[in-house]
Amino acid sequence: MTIDMVEPDLRATKPTATAQRSTAGRRRTRSALLFLLPFGLLFAAMMLAPICYSLYKSLFTTHRSGLGLSRPTEMFAGFSNYATALHDNHFLMSILRVLLLGVVQVPVMLGLALLLALLLDSRSARFKRIFQVVFFLPFAMPGAIAAIMWSFLYARNLSPFTALFQHIGLHVDFLSDGLALVSIGNMMTWAYTGYNMLILYSALQAIPGELTEAAEMDGCSGWRLAWHVKVPLLRPALILTTVFSIIGTAQLYTEPAILQHDAPAVTITYTPIMAAQYAAGINNYGLAAAESVILAILTFVASFGFMKFTQRRGLGA
Amino acid sequence: MTTTRYATSSGTTARKVPLASRSGVFLVLLLFSVYTLIPLWWLLVSATKSSGDLFGDGGLWFSHFDLWTNIRAVFHQQDGIFGRWILNSVLYSAGGAFVATLISAMAGYALAKYPFRGRDLAFNIVLGAVLIPASMFALPLYLMFSSIGLVNTYWAVFLPCIVSPFGVYLARIYAADGVPYELLEAGRVDGASEARIFWRIAMPVMSPALVTIFLFQFVGIWNNYLLPVLMLNDDKLQPVTVGLAGWRNGFENGIPYTVTLTGAVLSLTLLVIAFLPLQRFWRSGLAAGSVK
Repeated sequence: MTIDMVEPDLRATKPTATAQRSTAGRRRTRSALLFLLPFGLLFAAMMLAPICYSLYKSLFTTHRSGLGLSRPTEMFAGFSNYATALHDNHFLMSILRVLLLGVVQVPVMLGLALLLALLLDSRSARFKRIFQVVFFLPFAMPGAIAAIMWSFLYARNLSPFTALFQHIGLHVDFLSDGLALVSIGNMMTWAYTGYNMLILYSALQAIPGELTEAAEMDGCSGWRLAWHVKVPLLRPALILTTVFSIIGTAQLYTEPAILQHDAPAVTITYTPIMAAQYAAGINNYGLAAAESVILAILTFVASFGFMKFTQRRGLGA
Repeated sequence: MTTTRYATSSGTTARKVPLASRSGVFLVLLLFSVYTLIPLWWLLVSATKSSGDLFGDGGLWFSHFDLWTNIRAVFHQQDGIFGRWILNSVLYSAGGAFVATLISAMAGYALAKYPFRGRDLAFNIVLGAVLIPASMFALPLYLMFSSIGLVNTYWAVFLPCIVSPFGVYLARIYAADGVPYELLEAGRVDGASEARIFWRIAMPVMSPALVTIFLFQFVGIWNNYLLPVLMLNDDKLQPVTVGLAGWRNGFENGIPYTVTLTGAVLSLTLLVIAFLPLQRFWRSGLAAGSVK
């Protein structure tokens, strides 16, 4: 709309004025570009360049001489780094692991967030402000600090939860091989449910009151009102939170990285980012780059695939 | 809209909500609050305990109050490096957020108020970049920075943090609606340069949006872990998140749990002190980011 305000104005002026106007216009275009320059340069250097560099780097391998005396040489390797990555069991396992986590944890978390948002939005809710602030707390906390906190809460000799289970005769080790992934899922649920709930809640607040009133006049209330009127209207917000959650799960790093030292099951290549970091750590930059590119493509495919899938279903319904 | 809804809910229908339903809803919300708060409560209580008491009981209530001893221990560990970490975090966060806000304001203003060819394309690129999470760039940045020798310097964390597509997006939205053309034209008629118009007219009008951008970027940088942990080996350059994670894993090297726990509580306390008064801006930004 802002464009429309200026452009007709420019065209409508008389020929003599046009020349004057166009020098002023050129001057303004120049100022606009100057205002954009710092961001443009930094955007190119910090966002576009790393992507291009990774793409380029992923096509090369580094060769070191046996003794490491001469300089390592770079050799064009085509897609061999990609082949290596896709044949590497550790990397493939890391992808399967976050996939499993995404398929189980994301629906649990969003289901919980939806339930809480609907309850908070219902007529029966009291103390709304306090609950909102409480649910928001974990999201405001640095992920690393939250992970450190949970790593203590899971520690065998410290955990109040282990102690609690002990009282009822259960021996639960949150860091054991069988439970490590569940424990990580719990950390993510703790950290992000409130954030998703707030997004859904603000979408609920945007639903016009007349709509719910009308439904109530027709005798639709409580759960039926929530399920048949509110949830369908939440569709865009639900898709948005799901896509954010898919992306977040694919990028999983902090929680497992911090549990690594205490949980034997959490290996150094536990998630795709950790696997790529490991490859970079042993100076295999080509492989690290290829793994980053594969992860980016998979994340893109998963999130856009989900959006397309929901759009198609939306049309069919 | 909402007012009519609340008016009826407090009037006619509130009486119709049965007590059972009200207490049921309250119970579920309370249950989740307990799940949210117990870990934080445990952390807080644990920071007040000596090592002996920490391992002694279930841990959800206070024993001997040793908070001050623990705080002193935090600041003495490794020659007081904790203070340096906090300072680093403040430096990265405040410095990065300040520069990011300025750059975003300039770019957002230009995208909102100047017609030029390719403007829509530029804005769409920015919009696309908003959707890509910062963590996706961390490893590629590490590979690139290590090839030019920038790894393990302040710049390695600072430079990526001053680019905020979300900031540009917010600034553009705000400038488009909030800065009237008449004001800019008036400035031009008075012979002010474009830079002066931006500084003296646009910036003051945009200030609420700028506060939001600053806060978002500040919290984002403060909470970041992946980028600094990749970039910084030297613990003198690390922010507090990376430093504390190092302590957490350094138990074998003789760093007591109590020190790490208390350090975590201290870093959170600072964040709370800095941000509780500004919560209003922070939430309005969240709404703008998610709903629009």
